[in-house]
Amino acid sequence: MKIRTLALAVTALSALASTGAFAQAKEQFIPVLSYRTGPYAPNGTPWANGFVDYLKLVNARGGLNGVKLSFEECETGYDTARTVECYERLKSRGASFVQPLSTGGTFAITEKAPADKIPLVTVGYGRSESADGSVFKWNFPIAGTYWVASDTILQAIAKKEGGWDKLKGKKIALVYHDSPFGKEPIALMRERSALHGFELTLLPVTAPGVDQKSTWLQIRQSRPDYVVLWGWGIMNTTAIKEAQATGYPREKMYGVWWAGAEPDVKDVAEGAKGYNAVTMQHGAEPNSKVVKDILDMVHAKGQGTGPKDEVGQVLYMRGAMSAMLGTEGIRAAQERYGKGKVMTGEQVRWGLENLNLTQPKLDALGFAGVMRPISTSCVDHMGSAWARIHTWDGKQWKFTSDWMQADEQIIKPLVKSTAAKYATEKKLTARNGADCQS
Amino acid sequence: MIYRENGQFKTSYRADQAIFPIAQDRLFIGLLLVVAFVVVPGLASDYLLRALLIPFVIMSLAALGVNILVGYCGQISLGSGAFMAVGAYGAYNFFQRLPGMPLVPALILGGLCATCFGVLFGLPSLRVKGLYLAVATLAAQFFADWMFLRIKWFTLDTPSGSVSVSNLQVFGLPIDSAVSKYLFCLAMLVVIALLAKNLVRSAIGREWMAIRDMDVAAAVLGIRPMYAKLTAFAVSSFIIGVAGGLWAFVYLGAWEPAAFSVDQSFRLLFMVIIGGLGSIMGSFFGAAFIVVLPIALNQFLPAILGMFGISISTAGISHAELMIFGVLIVWFLIVEPHGLAKLWSTGKQKLRLWPFPH
Amino acid sequence: MGPILETIIGGLMTGMLYSLVALGFVLIFKASGVFNFAQGAMVLFAALAMARFSELIPQWTGIQDKFTANALAFIAAMALMIVCAWLIERFVLGKLVNQEGVTLLMATLGVSYFLDGFGQTLFGSSIYKIDVGMPKDPMFLFEKTFQGGLLVNQEDLVAAGIAAALVAALAAFFQYTGTGRALRAVADDHQAAQSIGIPLSRIWVIVWSVAGFVALVAGIIWGSKLGVQFSLSVLALKALPLVILGGLTSVPGAIVGGLILGVGEKLAEVFIGPMLGGGIEIWFAYVLALAFLLIRPQGLFGEKIIDRV
Repeated sequence: MKIRTLALAVTALSALASTGAFAQAKEQFIPVLSYRTGPYAPNGTPWANGFVDYLKLVNARGGLNGVKLSFEECETGYDTARTVECYERLKSRGASFVQPLSTGGTFAITEKAPADKIPLVTVGYGRSESADGSVFKWNFPIAGTYWVASDTILQAIAKKEGGWDKLKGKKIALVYHDSPFGKEPIALMRERSALHGFELTLLPVTAPGVDQKSTWLQIRQSRPDYVVLWGWGIMNTTAIKEAQATGYPREKMYGVWWAGAEPDVKDVAEGAKGYNAVTMQHGAEPNSKVVKDILDMVHAKGQGTGPKDEVGQVLYMRGAMSAMLGTEGIRAAQERYGKGKVMTGEQVRWGLENLNLTQPKLDALGFAGVMRPISTSCVDHMGSAWARIHTWDGKQWKFTSDWMQADEQIIKPLVKSTAAKYATEKKLTARNGADCQS
Repeated sequence: MIYRENGQFKTSYRADQAIFPIAQDRLFIGLLLVVAFVVVPGLASDYLLRALLIPFVIMSLAALGVNILVGYCGQISLGSGAFMAVGAYGAYNFFQRLPGMPLVPALILGGLCATCFGVLFGLPSLRVKGLYLAVATLAAQFFADWMFLRIKWFTLDTPSGSVSVSNLQVFGLPIDSAVSKYLFCLAMLVVIALLAKNLVRSAIGREWMAIRDMDVAAAVLGIRPMYAKLTAFAVSSFIIGVAGGLWAFVYLGAWEPAAFSVDQSFRLLFMVIIGGLGSIMGSFFGAAFIVVLPIALNQFLPAILGMFGISISTAGISHAELMIFGVLIVWFLIVEPHGLAKLWSTGKQKLRLWPFPH
Repeated sequence: MGPILETIIGGLMTGMLYSLVALGFVLIFKASGVFNFAQGAMVLFAALAMARFSELIPQWTGIQDKFTANALAFIAAMALMIVCAWLIERFVLGKLVNQEGVTLLMATLGVSYFLDGFGQTLFGSSIYKIDVGMPKDPMFLFEKTFQGGLLVNQEDLVAAGIAAALVAALAAFFQYTGTGRALRAVADDHQAAQSIGIPLSRIWVIVWSVAGFVALVAGIIWGSKLGVQFSLSVLALKALPLVILGGLTSVPGAIVGGLILGVGEKLAEVFIGPMLGGGIEIWFAYVLALAFLLIRPQGLFGEKIIDRV
C-alpha cells in the first residue's frame, strides 16, 4: 500500500512539473512530427535526424537573425490518427509550420491548417495539386511533388529509349504502395501513357508491402520493359529483393525519391546494383558544405541526433533540406514583419509564399551543387521542378543524369484542374490579385 | 449506508423495471450527465477536448457496439474496424451525393449500410464458432480494406482515395469548435447507449445471453439461433457504423481506408475485454483506458524518467508505451479477468454494506 | 501453362513458409489450449535477437568465420527465447490457470505488445540483416519446355525443405515421446493433467520454448528473405487463415492449410487479381479459409467441437 501511495505521489508531482511549460518569448517553435517506430521507421529515422540536426545547426550559427529555434519531436508511427493527435498537441505552442512526412497526414491536416493558421510544408510529398497556391493557401509542396517525380522518371526512361516517340508500344509497370501516397502518380502517368502510346500496368501492393511474390510473378509473366517502384519503408527492400529473386534486371527499375535511399538497398548491396531512382535535386551529398558544417558544429559538440555515418545520406539530406526550406520561410517572413522577432504562423506563411532562394543564398547556406534556386509565389507553391536520376552502384548512390526539369506543359494544367475540383467541392474561391499580396 | 435501498418501495411493475431502480443510482447518473454536458465543456481545454474527450466518446460508442456482439452474444468478432469503415464511407456517400442531406440522417444511413455488411459477414457465425469465427471475421476486415481502396465509386472517384468532409452542421448550428463536436458526439452516445441498455434488458437481450452461455441449450429451449445471432450482428454493426461515421466526420475530418485497419479492430476488442464483457458500463471504462493511456504515458513518462535523470527519445516513449500497455493488460487480466466493470460492481456491492463489513 | 505452373510452385513454397509461422500457433494451442496471438511478436523478437547477435558476436569475440558466428548467434537467440518462455509461464500463464479462452487470448495479446516494444527497445527499429548463406538468385527449370523456364526461388526451396523437416520432427515429437503425450494431455484439460501428476508449469515452459524455437527458425528464414524489421510481426496475420483452415490442433493441418492457401491466393492474385484491380491476396486467403470452414467448421484436420448441454 505504501509503495502505491508513493507512486501516486510521484506521478502527481511530475504531472504538476510537466504542465508548467512556459513559452520562451524569444524562441521560434517548430513541431517535429516524425516516426522512429513501426514499418516505416528505417526511412523515417534518418529524415528526422537530418531535420533536427539542421535546426541545431541554425541555432549553432546564431539562429535566424538572432531568434533561436526550439523544437519538440512527436512520434506518429506513420498513422494518420496519431499524426493528427501530435499536431493538435503541438500546435498551441505557436507552431511556425508543420511537416508531417506522411501523405495521409497531409490530407488530414490540409483540412485543419487554414482554421489553425499554420502553414503545411510538404517537401517532396503530399498532394500534387497543392502546388496551386491560389486554391491551397496553406499548403507548400516546395521543391517537388509526385507529378514532378513521375514525369522526371518517364523523361529518363524516354531518354534511355532514345526519345518520347520510341516509347510507343512499350510496357511500363507501376508497382505502388496501396495508399493515397502510392496512387498519386497514376493521374500523370495515365496522361503520358495516352500521349505517347505506352502501356501502363498498375500493380498495387497491400501495405506494408512484405509479401510481393505475386506482384513480381505477374511482372515476370507480363515482362514490362520498365518497372517504376513507388514504395516506402520495407516495401522498397522487399521489392528489390523480389526483383533479384525473379531475375528482373535492376537497371530497368526506377524508384520515386522515397524509394531511392540507403536503407532500401543497403541490405541487398550487390543485388541492387543498377537500380535507379529519381532525386528531388539532392542525392547523397557527403561532400557538401552543409554536411561539413553539421559535423563540425553539431556532431563534434556531441549534439548529433543520429549516428555520424548517417550524415550526408539521401534521406538525411532530405530532412535537412526540408528544415532549411521551412526556416528560410521564417527568415523571409522576418524581412517583412521585423527582423529578430518571433513570427506567427500567418507571417511564416507569407514568408513561404515569397521564398526567393537564389544560388548565392543557397551556396551561403551550404547547399552549393546540391540544390537549384527555389522561388515560390502566390500561384506556385512548389517553387522549382528540377530533379536528377541517381543509381546504386553496389556501395553508393551516384548521379547518372543531368539536371532535368519536369514538363510544365503537362503538369500545370493537371494541377489547375485538380485544384479547381477541390475548390468547387469545398466551396472555396481561388485567390487572386490583392489577396495574393497579403 | 449511503447506497442502501432501504425504504425505496416500488408500487408498480414499471417502477420495478426501471433501468436505475435505486434512487442513489438515478442521482449519480443525473449528476454525471450534468458534469458531462455542462461542466466538462466549460472547464476543459481545447486540446483536452480534441485529443482525449472526443475520441473517448466516439470509442465508447464503438465499444458499446462490440460489447453487444462479443459480450452479450458471445460471438468474438475481429471485423469491427471494417464495420466502422462501412459506416463512415456509407455516411460519406449519402452526405456528399445527395445535396442537402443533413448530418444525422447521413450517419444513421451509414449505420444501416454497416448493418447490411455486418449481417452478411455474420452469416458464418451460424456454422462456425469461437476462435474460428474470430479469424473468419478478419475476412470482413481485409475485404473492407481492399474494397475502399479499389472500388472508386465509394470514394467518389477521388484520385488519391482520401476523402474529407467539412462544413458540418446540425439544425443550422455549425459543428466546428471542439465544444460543439464534443456535445454532438456525447448526445449521440447518450441516446444510443440508452437504447442499447434497454435492448439488452429486453427479451432479445436475454436471447443473446442465452446463446452466449450455451447455444445448444438455448436452441433446445426454442430460441432461434439464427435470429438471435444475426440480430446481434445487425444491432452491433449499426452502432459501430454510426461510431465509425462520427470518428471519420467529427474526429478525423479527412481519412483513408488505413484509418480503419485491423489495429482498430484489435483496439476495440481490447476495450471491451478490459472494460468487461457483457456490460454497458464496461464499454465506457475500456474506452477510457485505451484512449487515455497512450496520451497519459506520452505526457508523464518523460517527466517521471526525468526525475531519475534518464532522458528518453520519442521512439523510446513509443516502445515504452507498448510495453506498459502490454503489462497493464496482463496485470488487469490477472487481477480481474472480468474487467473493470466487475471491479466497479464489486465496489458498489461493498458500498451497499459500508460501513459494515457484512 | 508455364505461368500457371510457376504460380503454383511459387504458391506452394510461400505456403510452406507461412506454415512455419502457423506452426507456432498450432503448437501452443495443441499443448496448452491458448491461442497465442503473440506468435508474430515472437517471430520478430527471435529474428531481431538472431540478427543482432550475429552482428555483435563477431565484435565481442572476434570470431570472423560466419558459420561459427551464426551458430553462436542461434544458440544465444534460442537461450533468449527459452528465458522468454519461462518468464511468460511464470508471470502470465501461471497466474491465469483455468481461465476462459478469451481471457488467455487477451493475455497473449498483451504479451505481444510487450514483446513488440521490448524487442525494439533492446535491438532497435532499423532493418537488420540475417545472412545464413541462403541462395539469392533464381533458378530456372525446364527451359526447353517452357519459354523462359519455370522460375523456382532457391531460397524459398531451401526454406520449404527446412519447414518440412521441422514439421516431421514435431509430429514425431507429439506422437511418440512421453513429453509429447503429456503436452496433449495438458491441452485436453489442465486440471485433470495436474491431478495425475503432470507438472503443469514445466510443460508450459517446454511448449513455449518449442514454439520459440519454431518462431526462431521462421524468423531466420523470413528475416533472411525480407530483412528483419517490425513488419515481420504482420506475417502472423497472413498465417492465421492457415491455422483455422487446417484446424487449430493439427500440425499436418497447418502444412496442408499452408499449401492450399498459398496456391489459392497466388493463383487468385495473378489471374483474377488484374480483373479486380489487384491487391486481393489477403482477403482472398481469408475468404477461402472461411469457405472451407463452412463445410468443416473445425478446420480440415481439427478436432470436432463437442458441446455438452
